[in-house]
Amino acid sequence: MDRVPILKIGDILLVSIQVDMSDQTAVQLQENLAERIVATGSHGVIIDITALDIVDSFVGRMLSTIASISKVLDAETVVVGMRPAVAITLVELGLSLNGIRTALNVERGMELIAAARADEWYEVDGDEDAETTARS
Amino acid sequence: MTAGVDLGVTAVQAIRSDEDVVRVRQLVRTTAVAAKLSLVDQTKLVTAASELARNTLIYGGGGTAEVAAVDDGRRRGIRIVFADEGPGIPDLDLALTDGYTTGGGLGLGLSGARRLVDDFDIRTAVGEGTRVTVTKWSR
Repeated sequence: MDRVPILKIGDILLVSIQVDMSDQTAVQLQENLAERIVATGSHGVIIDITALDIVDSFVGRMLSTIASISKVLDAETVVVGMRPAVAITLVELGLSLNGIRTALNVERGMELIAAARADEWYEVDGDEDAETTARS
Repeated sequence: MTAGVDLGVTAVQAIRSDEDVVRVRQLVRTTAVAAKLSLVDQTKLVTAASELARNTLIYGGGGTAEVAAVDDGRRRGIRIVFADEGPGIPDLDLALTDGYTTGGGLGLGLSGARRLVDDFDIRTAVGEGTRVTVTKWSR
C-alpha cells in the first residue's frame, strides 16, 4: 500500500499527494495527519492536489473530514493546486467540499493560513477589549 | 441502451479490492487518452468510473469492469460496463437520488456518475446483480 508523506515546514504540515490513492491509503492519510498535527503542534495543514487528475466523492469526503479533524485540533486546512478539469467535474458530481478552504498554490495557501491565524488573535483581543469596556 | 459499434479494443478488469478500483481508473484513463477525449471529458469519465467501480466493490461484493472503445459512425467514445452478481438494488429510483446511501458514503456515486457521462443505463434484479453501462462520446 502506498503511503502519502507528510512534511513539516515551520508551523505548517504539507501533504503533497503524488499517487493515485486507494481508499485505504486515503483513510490512512487521515489518521496519520491527525497524529502529526498533535505531535508537532502545527496550526496549519496544506494539502497539495496538483498531481491528482481526479477527485471523486471518496477523496472529496476525505478532504472534508481532514479539514474538520484539523479544526478540532486547532489547525487550519487549505487545499491547493486543484486542476480546472477537476474543479469542473467536482461541481457536476455534486460535491461541495464543505468547510474546505482552497488556494491556487502552496504559497497562497501559506498566506491564507497566516492570515487566518492573525484574524483569530485579533478576534481574541477584540473580545477582551469588549469585556473591559463593558466592565468600565 | 447505448448504440455504437465495438471497435474490438476491449479490456476487462476484475474488481475485488481497493487496489482494483485504482486499476479501473488507470485503465479508463489510458483508454480515454487513446480515444482523444478532451481533458475535461477524460476527467469526468475517470471520476464516474471510480464511483461506479467502488459501488461494484462495496454494494455488489465485487465484479468486473469492461472498457471498450466504440464508434457510432459519427464519433468515437468509451463504453464501460460494470457488472456484479451481488444483491441487486431494490429501489432504483431511490438509489439514483442525490444524497441517498445505504453504505455510509455521500450518496453521490450513482447519481453523480450519471451526470458525468453521456449515456447511462442500469439494469438490476434483486438477488441477481447489477449491470451499469456508461458511455462518453468525443465532441
